[in-house]
Amino acid sequence: MCLAIPSKIVSIEGNTAIIDVDGVRRQASLMLLDDIKTGDYVIVHAGYAIHKLDEASALESLELLREAFAQAGD
Amino acid sequence: MKHSEEYRDTLLSRQIIKRINTVSRRPIRLMEVCGTHTVSIFRNGIRSVLPETITLISGPGCPVCVTDQSDIDAFIQLARNGKTLIATFGDLMRVPGSGSSLLMEQAEGRNIRMVYSTTDALELARQHPDTNVVFLGVGFETTAPTIAASIISARQMGLKNYFVYTAHKMVPPALEALMNTDGVDIDGFLLPGHVSVIIGVDGYAPFFEKYHLPCAVAGFEPTDILQAILCLAEQIETDAPSLANCYPRAVSAGGNSKAREVMNMVFEPCDAAWRGIGVIPGSGLRIRDEYGAFDAAKQFEIPIIQTVSPKGCACGEILTGKITPLQCPLFKTVCTPVDPVGPCMVSSEGTCAAYYKYN
Repeated sequence: MCLAIPSKIVSIEGNTAIIDVDGVRRQASLMLLDDIKTGDYVIVHAGYAIHKLDEASALESLELLREAFAQAGD
Repeated sequence: MKHSEEYRDTLLSRQIIKRINTVSRRPIRLMEVCGTHTVSIFRNGIRSVLPETITLISGPGCPVCVTDQSDIDAFIQLARNGKTLIATFGDLMRVPGSGSSLLMEQAEGRNIRMVYSTTDALELARQHPDTNVVFLGVGFETTAPTIAASIISARQMGLKNYFVYTAHKMVPPALEALMNTDGVDIDGFLLPGHVSVIIGVDGYAPFFEKYHLPCAVAGFEPTDILQAILCLAEQIETDAPSLANCYPRAVSAGGNSKAREVMNMVFEPCDAAWRGIGVIPGSGLRIRDEYGAFDAAKQFEIPIIQTVSPKGCACGEILTGKITPLQCPLFKTVCTPVDPVGPCMVSSEGTCAAYYKYN
């Protein structure tokens, strides 16, 4: 089962991070992802961070989506 | 921004639904390949807001469900050898093998533990140096790198008692197999979100180039799924198939190259048997010889027993979208979540379990 809720990196020690998923804290391995820092949002699968979400581009694509539908007058 | 709640926007969803209703003219069948999509579609009532022209069918995207009966039997035989501690994700526990299940074996006293991650399995191996810990490796491209990483960690930690039985599978070869299966009728694919995080949109390019069937990578929130359905409907209505990415916040063109590097370091492609589909060439992942010391299939003698498939179970046809659970005579009669006959009723993301819970 894919956990679709992104997790926030709370702290990092070596190759392991403490993550926060809607208030629940767990460990996640950073073996499959580079350049992670505290405060980043990541997708975690089976205890491993597999993707870092880019806030700026996520906001931009959401805004584009909203604009596309607003302009069409739907 | 939490990257999740924003995509549960009611206003935006309504606008997309309205557009889908305007765009969709031809009757089309769209397959959601991923089990987590199946559950999200049910949970959010997405079928009920789509026009009659659009039929959503569930595909072979629940890893536990597509695991061949012979692999389930091998798991049970490994548990029975008396010298192993089996570590597994929870949803494998109740899958019926030929006459038993891991849960029944656990009740008989076999050493079987549910874990959340391979890191928990590694910890078990570290804590119990005199016990052979075997992790049951089931999953697609999302999970396989995590299991490869555990094997690399085991080598780094000097663990001699950590093993993996691999029954991993890859999605693009399964899409191709579905296209060549008699009785399978699909106009477009809603592609899995987190498999795509790893393999990227480019991972489907060879498949798309060959079949030119409309494809859209989708996220898991309602707006994500509706957006991908709209994208597929538009592609079909304009006769302009494309390989679209409707989940750009998580999926890139190239995917996660580091995860693939780790996966390819430990695993190599092999043929694999899928429940309901049969053997698909190049769709599995076996452990490379270099890491053979961690391969449970090589390190333990696993008796091969006569495989018995559950009588009357239609999981095979359901996994390929040929029929829905409602057409299976066992559904809700003898096959229920409490007493499942086939794997699609066991796993929380199995199609039958989702139909049972939400339909």
